[in-house]
Amino acid sequence: MTAKLSIRNVRKSFDDKVVLDDVSLDVGEHDVVCLIGASGSGKSTLLRCINLLEPIDDGEILLADSNGVLVDISEPGLDPDPVRRRIGMVFQSYNLFPHMSVQRNVTLGPTKVRGQSKAEADAHALDLLARFGLADKAGAYPDQLSGGQQQRVAIVRALAMQPELMLLDEVTAALDPVLVGEVLNVIRDMRGQGMTMVLATHEMGFAREISDLVCFLKDGVILEAAPPGTLFTAPSQPETAEFLQRVIASGRL
Amino acid sequence: MTNHDTGADHPSAPVRVSDQPLTRRQLWLRRKRRKALLVAVTSTIVVFGAAIVLVNTSSGWPKVKTIFFNGERFREDFPEVLSYLWVDVKLFLQCAPFILIWGLVIALCRNTRNPALFPLRAFAAIYTDFFRGVPIILTIYLVGFGIPKLGLFTGEFHFLWFGGNWNSVYLWGPVALVLAYSAYVAEVFRSGIDGVHESQRAGARSLGLSHTQTMRYVVLPQAARRVIPPLMNDFLSLQKDVALLSVLGIIEVFRRATSIKDLTGNFTPLVAAAVIFLALTIPETRLVDWYTARQRKRTGGSVVG
Repeated sequence: MTAKLSIRNVRKSFDDKVVLDDVSLDVGEHDVVCLIGASGSGKSTLLRCINLLEPIDDGEILLADSNGVLVDISEPGLDPDPVRRRIGMVFQSYNLFPHMSVQRNVTLGPTKVRGQSKAEADAHALDLLARFGLADKAGAYPDQLSGGQQQRVAIVRALAMQPELMLLDEVTAALDPVLVGEVLNVIRDMRGQGMTMVLATHEMGFAREISDLVCFLKDGVILEAAPPGTLFTAPSQPETAEFLQRVIASGRL
Repeated sequence: MTNHDTGADHPSAPVRVSDQPLTRRQLWLRRKRRKALLVAVTSTIVVFGAAIVLVNTSSGWPKVKTIFFNGERFREDFPEVLSYLWVDVKLFLQCAPFILIWGLVIALCRNTRNPALFPLRAFAAIYTDFFRGVPIILTIYLVGFGIPKLGLFTGEFHFLWFGGNWNSVYLWGPVALVLAYSAYVAEVFRSGIDGVHESQRAGARSLGLSHTQTMRYVVLPQAARRVIPPLMNDFLSLQKDVALLSVLGIIEVFRRATSIKDLTGNFTPLVAAAVIFLALTIPETRLVDWYTARQRKRTGGSVVG
């Protein structure tokens, strides 16, 4: 396995509170890694650090370049923009731009950052929107769509940048159970296309189905990282077992 | 609820969708609406009636009427005062774009994060403190009379569609207004920029857009929509404050009205000037109401709200 992303001994604190404590993780090319754990365990922060939206205090984050060579992207003072355009990110609350149509949301990055022509970006956007069942929504504005549709647009917006790595931060957490399915289908589709993904999720059944590796985080530490078959059936850490017990008790698995 | 069959007697009742009898709630709503209308009409008649009676019975009213609301003078002076309207409109139109641009520049200066740009931040802060703190009329005096006295510039200037004498009050008067109003407008812009939620910035930066691109394509368009109502407020004031330039000797609506008043000793031309300013500002307000309503409808809501 060649690593696409390598996180090494990353530490991050907000004021006095340690949010990530010596986190290390390797993500292989075409792999899907799920981060599970209670709210506040550091899942979102880890994703935001990978996308350089949050600077890390110590450690390093490396991303493989086109030759497969791992390059440090967390070096202080490095321009984050070229890195970000290679990494797609989808947020829990979509973060679509409400003043732009769906199509414009999707083409903004490709035209302004990747320098595609408007025609080229439009064609690509319509292709992607059609692929995810949103062809008739291209002219709509985000506030006119359902939550599930908005989240699919957000995923399409990230995909339109043709990223090498996708980060999905609890993308179904704001959706009602009926709409969760349509978004999960999109993620399955991306996996089928070989996209490398790191996702923070509360959908345990989905994590079990889709991941190559599941990481259980508690208080900013990856307590256990194992293939889903192992982690969900025979966790090695008592904290993992306890967390899964509570999830089962709340009917989420 | 005793009466369920009155629907057919009131074909214009707006809540009805079919020939079915009105529901209990529809009847209640209709009664409530009628009662509200009755109360509103009654209270309006009482208040305005009282005001009219009070004014008409006051001992000074006949005198005030001849001095301020003289119909004959109004008919004679109104066209003369009106003929200077274009001066006010032109001054306003000359100032407005520069205020928008300069105000935005000041606001963006205050929003910079780069430590090397600290002088810009400091300049913007001092600028807004100063020009918001000094009465506009003083700024107009100081800039309008002061700068030409410096004798820095001589001869003619040409810039875009403007041109004229470098020492003309028609140049420095508007400059004074631009300087003063930009300070207010900058603060409005700044609050609009700060009001765009952080998640929008994260969304834009995650696509690889730079700080400048994020501002240009994501933050500013949303901020602009939010600030239109407060900006409109400032521009309505500007439309009226153009009259302050008359202290520099610019003859516009207010100045002309005053000079007629000085000639005839009758204040009616000033009332005519007030009517003219109202005729100018009220449509402007309606235009903005229309624009914001249209935006809300088009994008589905939350941007403007």
